[in-house]
Amino acid sequence: MSVPADPVDPVAPDLSGGYLGASGAAAVAVASRGTPARWQLLLRRPTFYVGAGILLFWVVCAVFGYMFAPYSPLAQQLLFSNAAPSAAHWFGTDPLGRDVLSRVITGSRDILIITPLATVIGTVLGTILGLAMGYFGGVFDAVASRLVEAILALPFVIIAFLFVVAVGRSLVGITVIIGLVFTPLIARTVRAAVLVERSMDYVPSARLLGEKPGRVMFGEILPNVLPAILVEFTVRLGYAVFALATLSFLGFGIAPPTPDWGADISANYIGLPAGYWWQTLFPALAIATLVTAVILIADAIEQVLAS
Amino acid sequence: MATFLLRRLGLMVLTLWLLTLIVFFAGQILPGDPARATLGNLAAPSAVKALDHQLGVDRPLLDRYGSWLGGLLHGNLGTSYAYQSAVEPFIRAALINSIKLAALAFVIVVPLGILGGVIAALYSGRTLDRIISVTGLSLSTVPEFVSGIVLLVVFGVELKWLPVTASAGANASVGQQFRHLILPAIPLVFVLFGYIARMARAGTIDVLNSDYTRTAILKGLPRTTVIRRHVLRNSLLPTITVIATQTGYLIGGLVVVETLFNYQGLGNLIYKAAVAHDFPMLEAGVLIIGIVYVVATLIADLLLTWLNPRLRIGGSR
Repeated sequence: MSVPADPVDPVAPDLSGGYLGASGAAAVAVASRGTPARWQLLLRRPTFYVGAGILLFWVVCAVFGYMFAPYSPLAQQLLFSNAAPSAAHWFGTDPLGRDVLSRVITGSRDILIITPLATVIGTVLGTILGLAMGYFGGVFDAVASRLVEAILALPFVIIAFLFVVAVGRSLVGITVIIGLVFTPLIARTVRAAVLVERSMDYVPSARLLGEKPGRVMFGEILPNVLPAILVEFTVRLGYAVFALATLSFLGFGIAPPTPDWGADISANYIGLPAGYWWQTLFPALAIATLVTAVILIADAIEQVLAS
Repeated sequence: MATFLLRRLGLMVLTLWLLTLIVFFAGQILPGDPARATLGNLAAPSAVKALDHQLGVDRPLLDRYGSWLGGLLHGNLGTSYAYQSAVEPFIRAALINSIKLAALAFVIVVPLGILGGVIAALYSGRTLDRIISVTGLSLSTVPEFVSGIVLLVVFGVELKWLPVTASAGANASVGQQFRHLILPAIPLVFVLFGYIARMARAGTIDVLNSDYTRTAILKGLPRTTVIRRHVLRNSLLPTITVIATQTGYLIGGLVVVETLFNYQGLGNLIYKAAVAHDFPMLEAGVLIIGIVYVVATLIADLLLTWLNPRLRIGGSR
């Protein structure tokens, strides 16, 4: 059951988690010993351009959305409730007569603040834990691995959901919780990459030179596993969007009336049988495009690092 | 083989025990007084206190963990605060519903995922491979409720081909149940497709680069024979692990799909229990998901070992 150590199991596989997994992370870590010129290859990848373009679009919406949205996302026009898409309201209106287009544009703000922060928290903590597990090994690694595995036995949406119920839904709370939920997942990937690095000559050399464990871990090993961490970060960012949108949909994410895609879908999907498809379809497409953009960028980075 | 089996079983018991600790203490940090939640805001403080005592929540934490764990070992999952009756029948009914939905999703996604992954591997690095890989990865990160909504709008509301709720009613035939479960199963298929295809692709590429595949090609075997007899037999082993570990997700990660399609499964049960502060129900539900995951992983490990003699003997590659 010690998945990462299993020789025929190249990817630590689970839905909540492994993307690269053991040998994937190792492959990226090894393959990426190269010059910075490698990064220029990224600019030759069409998937990178498409992904970056879509992401840039949503970043612009998040920063300037309140300025160029045609209506206020909170302005209610009860006389125009549930209006179908028209020239005045391109995406129609919701049951309170609010403009769906404006809510979709401004709904990008909170999601683009919370998800990168949460992913950074998870990546930093997961990297520290994974480095320590891979470097020290022994009892510490065995105990930590068991714990990580026990936590991974539960779907991460359920863990996140339980914690949000416990601490209440503040923006800070949600950010920290998503970050903490990602920590064991990232730790597992980093640990696998560190195990590969540790078998290389430079690690014992550094030790023989009298470097302290902290210096070996962060000064010697970390730079070499950084590309694997970068890929993991990008993929995790996609899952952070997934997690936040799901929490919002379940009613434990961003609180109304703040515009939010997941919460708007949750509030309006009961209108589907009545034919008010625009109230849910457009926020749904917004989530799908944002996630796809992040995944396209992640895929381009991974392709470049593996080439 | 015997020591291997014992070691795996020992690790499984250890993981399960850690799981009970996590589930129990995570349940304890949830705020709110269960008796207050059951009786409502208007109940007298003395009545709340009496019910707290009757439920046993005024006892020390370790004491409660001990009796909860003892109950579990005897097959007693606890008593629901909200329903004032045993948790077990609720969990059982919900689990059966979830298994039906999960089984349908599996039957669709496993062949599709493997086919997609093998095709991507055979066209590795070319356009078809990139299309399959990126589509799979995107689909697996798009939340189920997003794809679910799009499917509902298109096939349920506009085209009216399929029903918009998952429950077919009490006396529905198998065929009717199946019709109701198709739409909810597709978002799950989307999420899983990317993972299974990714594993199948990685495994196939590994084998395609192996010496024995090169030998088979060089001795002049037709390409289809090489792929069918030499490549596929070896390349799909790692995929078994992925498929097994996804059962945990499929049985438990259904919160969203079950809410969207109003289906009385385990995910929906956990969601409602968390909202109602019904800790015993919540703990039992989450624990069942964890157990399903751990047991499925063990079965996958054993299956892999059985299929791959190199692991059985314990040598390295």
